[in-house]
Amino acid sequence: MKHIDEFRDGALARRIAARIAAAADPARNYSFMEFCGGHTHAISRYGVLELLPENVRMIHGPGCPVCVLPIGRIDLAIGLALQQRVILCTYGDTMRVPASEQLSLLKAKARGADIRMVYSAADALQLAQQNPAREVVFFAIGFETTTPPTALVIRDAQRLGLHNFSVLCCHVLTPSAITHILQSPEVRQYGTVPIDGFIGPAHVSIVIGSAPYAHFAEEYRKPVVIAGFEPLDVLQAIDMLLRQVNEGRAEVENEFTRAVTPHGNQAAQALVAQVFELRPSFEWRGLGEVPYSALKIRPTYAEFDAERSFGLDYRSVPDHKACECGAILRGVKKPTDCKIFGNVCTPENPIGSCMVSSEGACAAHYTYGRFRDIPLVAAAAEALPA
Amino acid sequence: MCLAIPALLLQRLEHEQGLIELGGIRKSISLALVPEAAAGDYVIVHVGHAIGLLDAEEAQRTLDIFAEIERFEELEPQPLAPTPPMQAAPRTREFTP
Repeated sequence: MKHIDEFRDGALARRIAARIAAAADPARNYSFMEFCGGHTHAISRYGVLELLPENVRMIHGPGCPVCVLPIGRIDLAIGLALQQRVILCTYGDTMRVPASEQLSLLKAKARGADIRMVYSAADALQLAQQNPAREVVFFAIGFETTTPPTALVIRDAQRLGLHNFSVLCCHVLTPSAITHILQSPEVRQYGTVPIDGFIGPAHVSIVIGSAPYAHFAEEYRKPVVIAGFEPLDVLQAIDMLLRQVNEGRAEVENEFTRAVTPHGNQAAQALVAQVFELRPSFEWRGLGEVPYSALKIRPTYAEFDAERSFGLDYRSVPDHKACECGAILRGVKKPTDCKIFGNVCTPENPIGSCMVSSEGACAAHYTYGRFRDIPLVAAAAEALPA
Repeated sequence: MCLAIPALLLQRLEHEQGLIELGGIRKSISLALVPEAAAGDYVIVHVGHAIGLLDAEEAQRTLDIFAEIERFEELEPQPLAPTPPMQAAPRTREFTP
C-alpha cells in the first residue's frame, strides 16, 4: 500500500542501522523510551532490536490505552451492562481486559450482557438511533487520536436530540503521562530508569501537533523525536535521538513530517475543547493517580455523560499480586522479569493488561520476541560436554 | 489502539462523509475532522474518521533522506551472521533398487 510499504524496506533499514552503529559511542549506554504501543509493536514485529548495537536500549512506555486502563473503569462498564442492562458499545481492544471477580467484558457478554464491539464511535450512535427503547452507552477509551471521534458523536447526539445515548469517558492525555514518568513520586516504589530521550507519538501528534512536547525538551532536558509507526521511521528516530544526545542537544524534532505539523489538527482540537474539559485526577494502571491527565464531559453535555446519568462511583481495584504490569509500564522491568509471563499469563488468558492489546509490551514480546530468549538448539548442543 | 492508515480519498459524499480506497477496498468514512480534505488527497484513517492529511511531498522528502543514507558507501552493513555453507544430509545407504 502506498505510503506504507516504502517505510518497511529491509535493505534500507539495515543501512540506517549501520549509521546508528557508527554514531553510537561505545563508551556509553543509550536508553530511549518509545512512549507509544504502536512503536513497541513495530519494534517487536520488525525485529528492530536485532539491528541496534548492544549499548542502545529501548524502554517500552505506557502509551497503550488498553494497558493503562485501570480495573475499576472496566468494572464500571461491566456494571452498566450487567446490572443496568444497557447496550454497551466498545472498541474490540477492551473486550478481554481482566476485571474484578475474574470477569471481562467478553465473559460478561457470555453471561448475557448486551455488549457490542464497534469499529467507530459513530456506529454506537447509530445503534442508539435504531434502539430508541434501550439505553446505549459508548465505552470511550484512548489517547488524543480517539478523542475527537468521541467528541463528534457527543456533539451529534445533542444535535439529533437523542435521549438514550451516553458516553463513559476514559480518554487520557499523552503529555501529562510523559511528565509523570519523569517526575512522579512513585519512582521510589518502582525505582527509576535513566531515559536519554523519547520517541514521540505518531498519530497522537497528528492531532495535537509537535509543539506540546517542547516543554520536556526545555524543562527536563530530554530530546524528543516524533516518529511514524513504520520500522524505518523508528530507526530514523533512534538515529536522530542518538545524534542529539551525542551533541548535547535536547530539542523536539519531527521525523513524521508527512503527517505531523507544529500545531496539529486544529479543527479536531477545537471540537475536543468544546465537548471535554480536564479531569483533576485520573487513575492509570501502572502510574497510579495522575493529575490533569484525562478528560471528562463538559456540563453543557451532561446528559450524555454516563457517569452522571447512571450515578457511577469509581472505585480503585488493585492489580493481580503476581502481575508486574505496573513496573513494566514504567520501563523498570521487562516482560520476561515477570514470573507469570508466558506461563500463566498469555494473550489467550491475560492476567495483566500488557498482555491484552497487541501493542502491550508483554503481548508484543510474547508474539514476536519470546523465542529470541531461548538459545538455538545447535548452540546448546555444542555447549554440552562431549 | 492508535492504529491509523493512509488511504486515498476518492470523493467527498454528503453529511461530511467521504469514500476512500485502501488496497482495493472501498469504504465510506467521516471527514468531519478534516474539512479541508479534497478528492485525490491521502487522508489518515482512524476508527472510521479521517484525523489528518498526508503530505505526499513531505513523505517523498523523508524517503529522500533515507536514500541519501544509501550513498554512504563506507557504511556498508556487516552481514548479519555468517551463513554456514549448505551441506547435503549425510548419506547412510544407497537407495538403488
